[in-house]
Amino acid sequence: MNLDSKIPSGPLAQKWDKHKFDLKLVNPANKRKFDVIVVGSGLAGASAAATMAELGYQVKCFCFQDSPRRAHSIAAQGGINAAKSYQNDGDSVYRLFYDTIKGGDFRAREANVYRLAQVSVNIIDQCVAQGVPFAREYGGLLSNRSFGGAQVSRTFYARGQTGQQLLLGAYQALSRQIGLGAVKMFPRTEMVDLVVVDGAAKGIVVRDLVTGELSTHAADAVVLATGGYGNVFFLSTNAKGCNVTATWRAYKKGAVFANPCYTQIHPTCIPVSGDHQSKLTLMSESLRNDGRVWVPKQKGDTRKPDQVPEAERDYFLERKYPSFGNLAPRDIASRAAKEVCDEGRGVGPGGLGVYLDFADAIKRLSEETVRERYGNLFDMYEKITGENAYRAPMRIYPAVHYTMGGTWVDYNLMSSLPGLFVIGEANFSDHGANRLGASALMQGLADGYFILPYTIGNYFATSKTAKVKADHPEFKKALESSQALAKRLLSINGKRTVTSFHRELGKIMWEKCGMARTKQSLTEALTLIPALRAEFWKNVKVTGENNSLNQDLEAAGRVADFLEFGELLCRDALTREESCGGHFRVEHQYPDGEAKRDDEHFAFVSAWEYQGPDKPPILNKEPLVYEEVHMSTRSYK
Amino acid sequence: MNLTLRVWRQKSPQEPGRIVDYPVTGIIPDMSFLEMLDVVNEGLIAKGEEPIAFDSDCREGICGTCSIVINGRAHGGQKGTTACQLHMRHFQDGQTITVEPWRAKAFPVLRDLVTDRGAFDRIIQAGGFVSVNTGGTPDANCLPIGKAESDLAMDAAACIGCGACVAACKNASAMLFVSAKVSHLSLLPQGEVEKDQRVMSMVTQMDKEGFGNCTVTGSCEAVCPKEISLDFIARLNREYGVSLLKGVQA
Ligand SMILES: Cc1cc2nc3c(=O)[nH]c(=O)nc-3n(C[C@H](O)[C@H](O)[C@H](O)COP(=O)(O)OP(=O)(O)OC[C@H]3O[C@@H](n4cnc5c(N)ncnc54)[C@H](O)[C@@H]3O)c2cc1C
Ligand code: FES
Repeated sequence: MNLDSKIPSGPLAQKWDKHKFDLKLVNPANKRKFDVIVVGSGLAGASAAATMAELGYQVKCFCFQDSPRRAHSIAAQGGINAAKSYQNDGDSVYRLFYDTIKGGDFRAREANVYRLAQVSVNIIDQCVAQGVPFAREYGGLLSNRSFGGAQVSRTFYARGQTGQQLLLGAYQALSRQIGLGAVKMFPRTEMVDLVVVDGAAKGIVVRDLVTGELSTHAADAVVLATGGYGNVFFLSTNAKGCNVTATWRAYKKGAVFANPCYTQIHPTCIPVSGDHQSKLTLMSESLRNDGRVWVPKQKGDTRKPDQVPEAERDYFLERKYPSFGNLAPRDIASRAAKEVCDEGRGVGPGGLGVYLDFADAIKRLSEETVRERYGNLFDMYEKITGENAYRAPMRIYPAVHYTMGGTWVDYNLMSSLPGLFVIGEANFSDHGANRLGASALMQGLADGYFILPYTIGNYFATSKTAKVKADHPEFKKALESSQALAKRLLSINGKRTVTSFHRELGKIMWEKCGMARTKQSLTEALTLIPALRAEFWKNVKVTGENNSLNQDLEAAGRVADFLEFGELLCRDALTREESCGGHFRVEHQYPDGEAKRDDEHFAFVSAWEYQGPDKPPILNKEPLVYEEVHMSTRSYK
Repeated sequence: MNLTLRVWRQKSPQEPGRIVDYPVTGIIPDMSFLEMLDVVNEGLIAKGEEPIAFDSDCREGICGTCSIVINGRAHGGQKGTTACQLHMRHFQDGQTITVEPWRAKAFPVLRDLVTDRGAFDRIIQAGGFVSVNTGGTPDANCLPIGKAESDLAMDAAACIGCGACVAACKNASAMLFVSAKVSHLSLLPQGEVEKDQRVMSMVTQMDKEGFGNCTVTGSCEAVCPKEISLDFIARLNREYGVSLLKGVQA
């Protein structure tokens, strides 16, 4: 496959402006002749659907939750980055660009990242105009905090509920368009297949989650804004419903999938408490602004934290990374925590935890100030663990949090299938091998508000494909195969529940392809996963029927996809014989344990192309060419 | 812990529902309420019975998806807590726990504990927004906003739209929900411009959806997982009065 990234020529700083000028426009009166399907109503989907409707396109938007306002973006806590440079601390578009490229360990596409940094400033303006109540200083201006991987303060936030407030802004813009009749919204509706006609995406098959009815929708373009695939690990900080179904089924219809092995393990999550655990809870990275991470210096020290004297504590992030300290990027902080636990110095049940201590901050700032900054997080911690973090340090441990990989897209955010656009966490483009904190919200809104609405117009203006309706035979074919899939799942009637398969898959993924990966562990995973999948199709028990609200069937379809996708993820991890960002191959490290990247052989995007159920996929490579930055070894020391 | 669950089971909106008893064993105090229901469901599926349908997504108390009445209290009645954040350590071994869906004319039951809260979305669609399109907005810092107003707006904006306020109210009134959005937006200069129109459109839609009147019993505030204050209802009433006086039409 010829993967053309369509990066515009010219100097980096002028590419986007020049490209916008070069894009063909659709005349305002003609816009209503184009139908767009947007799957997903998170930050990316809601902002895209609202903006395209404002421009005059006919939009249909789908989500599986009962309301678009409940998309997983709602859960983001810490904040959103933007190169506003309001703090006068040396920030700029270039610095945000550079931090993001470096944070991504030089595995992101330079031109996309620069554009992201450029439009970041518009996002904040847009959100404030919508009434997003960002935190403010007494003088009435916007307040900022710092996030990992940056030495400037550029993160905008709304208490610990930034994602909620940004999503409500986008949801309200979307609601306005729904009220005006410009967007037709389909909540509780799940996309189960993509319809491709003559090589272009022309529609989708959906299941109404209340009645079970399967139906098809035709359009001139399909946009997937369906979020990340972290739940392939079963336990993650993602919402229960997050899944890979939409992008996976698009992959099987020809949209190549990029860098699936780039998964982010977040350093500050509440440790697992038992086998019943259904998900993990994040404690926002913003806590590392004031919390200090430590473990006892001695192995197997079981004293209470307040009985470990200062001299016997190892503040390992401050020790190893003096210039970034507790704000080292996520991949680095997670691995450091795993290391000290592997050495037997972890704290709490099973030794799988490290302390995040606020005692100094409380002394320095007062409990009141700490409460004002992080009160809701401390409350959440207490609800889950029953412990008061103002009195004793929090216990935290890394957990799967975000997925940098996703559907491959070009500079226009279009996948390798013409007419299929992919935005937000679902695509792969901007974060390389590791995402910096507060940059996912930025990317989702950049894609949805400021990039896709332009680039999709160019597709409409230049595409030569014919308009199709949902009575085209390809739609019938896709509908029938979706019906057959549901029927098959319901008819197996085996002995194991869907969740038991999902848990087992998650365990394989975490143990063999989690924070530390080896050739051996990945090879093992590549035999264990197909075996588990085979058992699933023989022995899963899915109750109920197709033509009603059936959550067991919904879960079964998603887990079936994870069981295929997990294999691709491990295959990608095995192929990438280097360590970079969130992908740590034990064989590839420096003597001091830092990740050893191999730019000579691996400075490319891995884009996997489906070949059919029983054939291995083909690996396509998009070379990463850096015109502006020099690929250096990442150092946060 | 061992418990007896008494759960509302209803196959579809058309069919009548009933309470079914389930003995539950082996519950660990660290489990959340929904994880306890997961355990019950795993047991039901293993026996070939249909699991209890209930809504949840984030399980962190922020998406507003979970929506169950526990022992007669929306979300279980623990201060500032959604059902997904309620943990079993707050229950006693041997306890009988009743689990029901939200009950309100405007929130019909779809199945078991799952209800249709589309009415809330339609209220927002009627006017719960600032009418700005994407692009062309002024610099975010061009308009200073006092910290106090901004914080108060944030208090109101914290609403997660779960509907517990409606479920707890004897009149099934949606006033706390509507007042939270009306206040959030009108407290900020960006939203103030359209405030008369907004309040009229939203209240009119609220009435159309079949929500009841507010008689200020305060039961909504008591169960609200985000502790949204009743004061916002007073603000809503004031704004509505002004809008009426000005003769604004929905
Ligand atoms: C706990 C937590 C905290 C975070 N905090 C931050 C933070 O502080 N800052 C930051 O920048 N990032 C943060 N992130 C990351 C960030 O929240 C996400 O990456 C981002 O919100 C993803 O947005 P999205 O629009 O791409 O997808 P989502 O918000 O996940 O939305 C996906 C949408 O797709 C729909 N969907 C999915 N599949 C289907 C299907 N098959 N059919 C129909 N609809 C479907 C869903 O219904 C939903 O509407 C956090 C993430 C987590 C988990
Ligand atoms: S599941 Fe999200 S608030 Fe309970």
